[in-house]
Amino acid sequence: MIPAPFDYVRPTTVDEALQAVAAGGEDVKIMAGGQSLIPVMRLRLAAPETVVDLGGVAELKGVREEGEHLVIGAMTTHAEVIADPLIARYAKLIAEATETVADRQTRRRGTFGGALAHADPAGDLAAVALALDAEMVVAGPSGRRTVPASEFFVDYLTTSLDEGEILVEIRVPKLAGDWGVRYEKFNRVAQAWSIVAVAAAVRREDGHIAEARIGLTNMGPTPLRASATEAALAGAPATADAIATAARSAAEGTSPSSDLNAQADYREHLAQVLTRRAVTAAAGL
Amino acid sequence: MTVTEDPATQATAPEKEIGRARLRKEDARLITGRTTWTDNMVLPGMLHLSVVRSPVAHARITNVDVSAAADAPGIVAVLTGRDLADEQGSIPCAWPVTPDMVNPGHPSIAVDQVNHVGEAVAVIIGRSRTAAADAVELVDVDYDLLPPVLDMEEAVREGADLVHESAGTNTSYHFVFDAGEAGTGTDTDQAFADAEVVVSRRFINQRLIPAFMEPRSVVVQPQGDNYTMWSATQVPHILRVMLASVTGVPEHKLRVIAPDVGGGFGGKLQVNPEEVLALLIARRLGKPVKWTETRSESLMTAHHGRDQIQYIDVAADREGNVKGLRVRLLADMGAYLRLITPGVPALGAFMFPGIYKFPAYRFECDGVFTNKVPTDAYRGAGRPEATFAVERIMDELAVELGMDPLELRRRNWIQAQEFPFTTVAGLEYDSGDYDTATQQALELVGYDELREEQRRRRESGDPVQLGIGFSTFTEMCGLAPSRVLGSLSFGAGGWEHASIRMLPTGKVEVVTGSTPHGQGHETAWSQLVADSLGVPFEDVEVLHGDTAIATRGLDTYGSRSLVVGGTAVVKAADKVIAKARKVAAHLLEASEDDLDFTGGRFSVRGTPGTGMSIQEVALAVFAAHDYPEDVEPSIDADATFDPVNFSFPHGTHICAMEVDTDTGFVKIRKYACVDDVGTIVNPIIVEGQVHGGLAQGIAQALYEEAVYDADGNLTTGTFVDYLVPSAADLPHFDTGNTVHVAPGNPIGAKGVGEAGCIASTPAVVNAALDAVRHLGVSDIRMPLTPERVWRAIHQGGDGGDRATAGSNAYGGAQTETTAGVSTPASSLGGDR
Repeated sequence: MIPAPFDYVRPTTVDEALQAVAAGGEDVKIMAGGQSLIPVMRLRLAAPETVVDLGGVAELKGVREEGEHLVIGAMTTHAEVIADPLIARYAKLIAEATETVADRQTRRRGTFGGALAHADPAGDLAAVALALDAEMVVAGPSGRRTVPASEFFVDYLTTSLDEGEILVEIRVPKLAGDWGVRYEKFNRVAQAWSIVAVAAAVRREDGHIAEARIGLTNMGPTPLRASATEAALAGAPATADAIATAARSAAEGTSPSSDLNAQADYREHLAQVLTRRAVTAAAGL
Repeated sequence: MTVTEDPATQATAPEKEIGRARLRKEDARLITGRTTWTDNMVLPGMLHLSVVRSPVAHARITNVDVSAAADAPGIVAVLTGRDLADEQGSIPCAWPVTPDMVNPGHPSIAVDQVNHVGEAVAVIIGRSRTAAADAVELVDVDYDLLPPVLDMEEAVREGADLVHESAGTNTSYHFVFDAGEAGTGTDTDQAFADAEVVVSRRFINQRLIPAFMEPRSVVVQPQGDNYTMWSATQVPHILRVMLASVTGVPEHKLRVIAPDVGGGFGGKLQVNPEEVLALLIARRLGKPVKWTETRSESLMTAHHGRDQIQYIDVAADREGNVKGLRVRLLADMGAYLRLITPGVPALGAFMFPGIYKFPAYRFECDGVFTNKVPTDAYRGAGRPEATFAVERIMDELAVELGMDPLELRRRNWIQAQEFPFTTVAGLEYDSGDYDTATQQALELVGYDELREEQRRRRESGDPVQLGIGFSTFTEMCGLAPSRVLGSLSFGAGGWEHASIRMLPTGKVEVVTGSTPHGQGHETAWSQLVADSLGVPFEDVEVLHGDTAIATRGLDTYGSRSLVVGGTAVVKAADKVIAKARKVAAHLLEASEDDLDFTGGRFSVRGTPGTGMSIQEVALAVFAAHDYPEDVEPSIDADATFDPVNFSFPHGTHICAMEVDTDTGFVKIRKYACVDDVGTIVNPIIVEGQVHGGLAQGIAQALYEEAVYDADGNLTTGTFVDYLVPSAADLPHFDTGNTVHVAPGNPIGAKGVGEAGCIASTPAVVNAALDAVRHLGVSDIRMPLTPERVWRAIHQGGDGGDRATAGSNAYGGAQTETTAGVSTPASSLGGDR
């Protein structure tokens, strides 16, 4: 439980951080809270040459409004996200999902950006970012670029971040209109990862569901949208039957893994049940 | 008459300490960790050990290259099994349950062959803990793989691959208890032949990991040819004797100290390979050494518990009178026999009949070797397995007969007026009243309302169904009568020792041989002594755990401490009073027969205002200026207590369970239990033991399982995958007590350390089954994962095997990679 030796750098600005990553040698890991990185290093599943700790970069913390977007600094902790009034107002789904992440101690140190860049398919926040059409702002040696969530998550624990790049902020479109949200998480003990979870945001209009956005956690190597269900719900009556029917296609296009907690077919079943429950709750039924 | 407020002259006795909810004396230091945990020990010049462990389950070792590790910075030496082969002996097995039991021997470090993942193959000795840890991956071991033996039912088949080729078999022993042959029951085969109803089931009592909070740790200090060992052990006294026999360090040259120890649950009732290695290496190098395990090592290599396949047959008539019980077990020993590995299922043999009056009973058990870490004692040790089997099969029989499960139990259990009752297994149950405990538990849980709600949910086809499960259990505690242990071929007795030292200032030192590891002995023993000697609770200090201070003892396990060790304390106190009486009589110039002793004072009967306290006697004896001619100037005393029988706590546990039939998720709605543990010395400690026991018993039912993959890797190698529930996952517990004092000891206590753990598991499983039995489910394998419950409901069967790939936490970590070997997966992790 002792990590292999490594160099440790704690920059205070994004520019310093980019320089530290560039100078860090072959295998650099960026630490954004360390709630996943440190255990993996202690188990010696990872043995980076250099750890660049973003904990001292003040400009990466906090939430602000920019027109129709919320901008969440990558180093904003889970606890800060949960308590943030802007998120409560414009992106309640993020707060609701973040409340289910691990335990209080982890939420105190772990960060929103860290969780997204780690891209663990069992992590809760990636599916939420995907469902909300968030955009990732990435800083690199040659400047900044913006990547939509749908292109950010590439594979198991893999994002489109290139070597030398850092996720600096996440832009989330404000939900305008009559939106209801629900994060429906299924796990065996309170602090555990999701076996499957469903993030749902539903906009109602005149007794109908005008629009539904559904993100799936742990239904494949990356977070996914339940596109078939979303399509079936668009314009559907806001009734239990209509939602139940639409939810039956929630697992279409998914490729969940089999592990100790669940085999693939059971995950597919759970995705349907949880989608039904999440959409029903989000629709206010 | 004038009322006086002067407390000095008040004649009223102080409040009794026994039964008082005293906060525990030891908690502040234990909870904050500011205490003498073994790993907190730092000695000048101390070296650090780290262990290179096998990443494979079964293989011949063809080469061990330690050169790179030996040359690494800060490394003093690297030793292999070959280096230590001549002096390491074998980890002792103290319980040869049959005369012809096969024991292949248990090296502390593998020499030619590894037999489970995590077995030691080399030891690094470094100047710092980090240096020793860094060098682990530099040791290069070549393995010639052998087929792993993992499945017990396959292992006992003709022609199966063998764990130990030289043994010629995977069966360590075949142990039989037949009540007909023993004269305690009628012929079992005949009972089954005559029966109107026979129900047979195969239950899996899964492998568990004790998961104590403080990792194992050992420090050895050589001093000339003497050695002092500090170890996070439950059993310093047993460890000392066993280490002497294994290593040849004479017993009188070895002092073992268990400082404060952070939990054990049986997992530290062991002679650990690393304890032997630390002693051998300290002897070889002449330097103090320390080894502290990582959590991964703990889960992978500290002994596991349970792991039985149980074939249970019950015979009855149509009216629900039980006629016979037949038990056949396959019990997984793992790769080797440790301290009491073979004895755990054999101990259970006597508890399968539970509280029921079976006229016939036969028990057979095969101890089976597999390429897994050895099993051994884990909270309850044999009794949870037995209780699970009988409480589950009683429910199955009730279903078969169309009877209420409680009515079936009532019809067959021992009645209150029948105590003491000799069971078909030959045990004499001491006292109790199962019906009263059950009535109280039914009221506590709100039984009638729950049954009504269950009916409503069934009728409406609610996706969330409700079930109610019972466990009406007893257990044998207070291990144990030494003669009985002898008759069971156990290698030691079951007595316990205590000393009481009266200090000049009147303070009292109590020395107990019963070494605590979190139970609260210091508090409970203080309460016992405060009442016996009439001294303030705060004036009592309890010493323990050091073989040089507590010179005689048999330590803590099997809910024995209060029943046996506490009784030794009370008996020692009686002797102190008897000695003090002589001195007091002399000083008060009265006859001994005229002295009363109450509230800590000797007074002369009929002469008010005279007298002296026992604490004053202690000072007088210390000064020794004036004492009787015919006595020694000491009122200190020792006592050794060896009970003549076990004690038999019992209780009724009732679980109400919600089952979400859409997802398979189970949630305990209510849990109520009424336990009879005899006299309660400290209600807070009893409540705490019941709560902790319930948590572990419920954990077996719902959460915990040590899973090996097809290659013999422990898939549940971290707490991410080995799910220990927290308070957030457990329900509120409604607890109660009945009190039938144990006749076998003067305290009247029966023992409570294991009760909750033994009783709860079948109540929880029975509750889940009761919720979904109408959907065609008759068994669900433990732990009741949501997936298993869902499959049992929707696909039939018992829920089936779990996929044994690693979880996706930690980048799909497998246990083998935690042995310090870097793998391709190493490049995966990282939280950016």
